[in-house]
Amino acid sequence: MAKVFIYPATSLILSDLVARFGHTPLSAAIQIRERIQTPGLDSPPLQITPEEPKKGLKYAAVEVPSGVRGRMSLYGPMIEEAEAAIIINDADYAFGCMGCARTNELIKFLVRSSDIPVLDLNYPKNEEEGEEFVAAIHAFLKRLEESR
Amino acid sequence: MTEYKPLYVGTVTKYVFVESPEMTPGDLAIRAYEISQGVMIKETCFGLQITGKEEDVNAVIGVLRELDPTHIFVKDRGFPPGDPRRCRANLGGARPGYYGHEFEISLIRNVSRGLDSLASRDPEKVPNPPSPESGVALDIRKLKKIIESMEG
Repeated sequence: MAKVFIYPATSLILSDLVARFGHTPLSAAIQIRERIQTPGLDSPPLQITPEEPKKGLKYAAVEVPSGVRGRMSLYGPMIEEAEAAIIINDADYAFGCMGCARTNELIKFLVRSSDIPVLDLNYPKNEEEGEEFVAAIHAFLKRLEESR
Repeated sequence: MTEYKPLYVGTVTKYVFVESPEMTPGDLAIRAYEISQGVMIKETCFGLQITGKEEDVNAVIGVLRELDPTHIFVKDRGFPPGDPRRCRANLGGARPGYYGHEFEISLIRNVSRGLDSLASRDPEKVPNPPSPESGVALDIRKLKKIIESMEG
């Protein structure tokens, strides 16, 4: 069972398919859950504390806005932990404020710079593309299993 | 700053989405209540949210998936259901994250079709998925026509 980083990290389709084919999806929910279930000082809404941008310094320089570094403290450890990644490139809904947009760019950059297999996809817009989309993810995860 | 005392520590919450011609979220909820052993179930318009110990939640989801394997989809959720930081009852408007689900659910019938056809697919056939490289760029002559039509 490999740990597979998914982008968008909140994707229902990727999260389901990776788990369905017997692997562990690394999604944003796991990191958020870890923070909101840890006692400490109240820091709404996501329990992101001033410590997170400091942890994010591992992935982005100090002059990078704290919003990017705070987000990277969630995603960075998952990218390090990942054994493979699946990226959907036309996920327009992942667009947000400048912090989100820059973090998304940095996530993709870090994934591509790390030495892990990456599957690049777009969303399936019709049933024929859906068949190829699912088959590609299935084949990618199967190869991953065989190479372990 | 005030002290933060988390709720539902040690639990997981998972979304169960159903997008099926043969099953409604209501049908799914009835079946889930029948087999729920100590897990908390919240009905939603798209399916369910199930909260509890990880092994209990996975056991319930495993049974639910069997009802319609290619039309039931599952993902993790960070917050428990009804959390005032995320619940739309407290915030107004759609719940943060809803738009992503709404977008993906609009495409999920294509994924269901892919899952349906996976078993009968020739294993030697190389997949040709939609990818950034496969996109067709806008033809320059077409772009020129669009510009001219706007200027006119």
